[in-house]
Amino acid sequence: MNIFVFVKRVPDTESRIKINHEKKTVEEQGLNFVLGPYDEYAVEEGLRLREAKTGKVTVFSLGPDEALVILRKCLAMGADEAVLIKDAAGETYDGLRTARIIAAALKSKYPAFDLLLFGKQSIGADNAQVPSMVAELLGLPQANVVTKLELDPDKGTALREIEGGEEKLAFSLPAVVSAQKGLNEPRYETLKGIMAAKKKEIPVVTLESLGLKPEELASGIEVTNLEMPEARKAGRTIAGSPADAARELVSLLRNEAKVI
Amino acid sequence: MILVYIETRDGKVKRPSLEALSEAKRRAAELGTDVAAVLAGTGLETAGQEVSAYGPAKVILLQNPQLQAYSAQAYGQALAGLIAELKPESVFFSATALGKDLAPRLAARLGVSLASDVTRVAVKGKKLEFVRPIFAGKALLSFRLMTVPQIATLRPNVFSLEPAGAASGEVIKKEAVVTEAEVKGKVVEVLAEKAGEIDVTEAEVIVSGGRGMKAPENFALLKELSAVIPRSAVGASRSAIDSGWIGHAHQVGQTGKTVSPNLYMAFGISGAIQHLAGMSSSKVIVAVNKDPEAPIFKVADYGIVGDLFEVIPALKDELKKIL
Repeated sequence: MNIFVFVKRVPDTESRIKINHEKKTVEEQGLNFVLGPYDEYAVEEGLRLREAKTGKVTVFSLGPDEALVILRKCLAMGADEAVLIKDAAGETYDGLRTARIIAAALKSKYPAFDLLLFGKQSIGADNAQVPSMVAELLGLPQANVVTKLELDPDKGTALREIEGGEEKLAFSLPAVVSAQKGLNEPRYETLKGIMAAKKKEIPVVTLESLGLKPEELASGIEVTNLEMPEARKAGRTIAGSPADAARELVSLLRNEAKVI
Repeated sequence: MILVYIETRDGKVKRPSLEALSEAKRRAAELGTDVAAVLAGTGLETAGQEVSAYGPAKVILLQNPQLQAYSAQAYGQALAGLIAELKPESVFFSATALGKDLAPRLAARLGVSLASDVTRVAVKGKKLEFVRPIFAGKALLSFRLMTVPQIATLRPNVFSLEPAGAASGEVIKKEAVVTEAEVKGKVVEVLAEKAGEIDVTEAEVIVSGGRGMKAPENFALLKELSAVIPRSAVGASRSAIDSGWIGHAHQVGQTGKTVSPNLYMAFGISGAIQHLAGMSSSKVIVAVNKDPEAPIFKVADYGIVGDLFEVIPALKDELKKIL
């Protein structure tokens, strides 16, 4: 089974964001970048499928040279190959642009695969657009926000999270699947894996080599402002015995805040 | 025209879709344009009548046996066909599980960019401007879409619902075009977690537990509290989820769900930045924690420093009296 996994370099979730108001961008300086938390589930699922069914796991990332760090982490976890699609554009918040680049790279250079795995969303842009868009651009079925995946040689089923439950999807392969927490427990890198990953050559695909038109590479999103949300103010502390405090709280929620 | 996709489940219209329809009406009034609603599937007549009471100029029932089970491919193709015919300037979805699955598929099909999980829509110079939280709410991005139609998914529970009136607009049935060969995947079964349980993203009140809940059986206290509050759900912090105390569908925070209920009650949650990111857009926040220094108190409108095992039952008794 030939499995491709798509990963993104993102600021870790503990990061405090600083905004460059002039450029309307998030300052990268001082941020600690990691492999996307949902991407980790995708990588792990790829590795488990390979172990159960034999095959190959290739990890792709679209981004700057710095994305090589997370590709090496994926290799250290056990991925067979890694590919960097080099893009210096920075964060555009435009999922379509990303999806077009990925679809073009697959069509022109990596057309043979059975499964495309993604995290259900990045941590940052939080768009959750790219998996569905890649599926559409390549005419493939999709299963997003997946917590369980079962594959046969030419078809599969997935459980996907919906409000108040799950739905079961059946689809043919090749397909696009995006991973949700709960799908698996990602493994740690091994020392042997880390050593081997350091030596592994990672091919670089340039945007110019993909034959996309300039308008397809332009962002369809015009950022007009970027700001911090208004900070919440600490409110009041309610004192007294649990019974008294509960009574006062309920009274405040009903009469002052008017939310119950 | 603003076209609004209306989601149904088991023939019932989902409330977040009506919120999106309400917002479309408000913005369309500013733009001087009209609103149409579209439902897709089979047997939609009753739902169509219900939607009509929310004031769209027309309600379109897109029908085809291929649309009986949800398939992003089939629904995307059917909607793209309708959009080619109606040529709306904008298309709104609610950012539900289905909206988040379908809207990007449709956008890619039409070759347009997408505004996801929007929390504000404004009209600026005859075009829409969107605001959406990024980094799970640590920053707010304002932007315009450079492509037409402008497709957006609107976060549930954020946009106010206009009251229903008398059914006014016409309800039109249309045969959807779906190429069978194109449908390579679809829903074959829906497994409801628990009948009547609502999702944290749809709840008006969330009672949420963290590490201070101490043990999985103690989440029963929160379930009992939730049972006395209408339209409420039980949430949890990442540490409670990672300890296996409750399923990950309940997780609120940066690697869980981002919520904006009217009331968020945090019990035994310290308030790590990842958790605050997922709930700080709640309208009113209550924190109950025995540690007076817990960061959650910095964002709480009302705080009780105390033992949650005493406060939760007392709260339940007080709420029972009035609800």
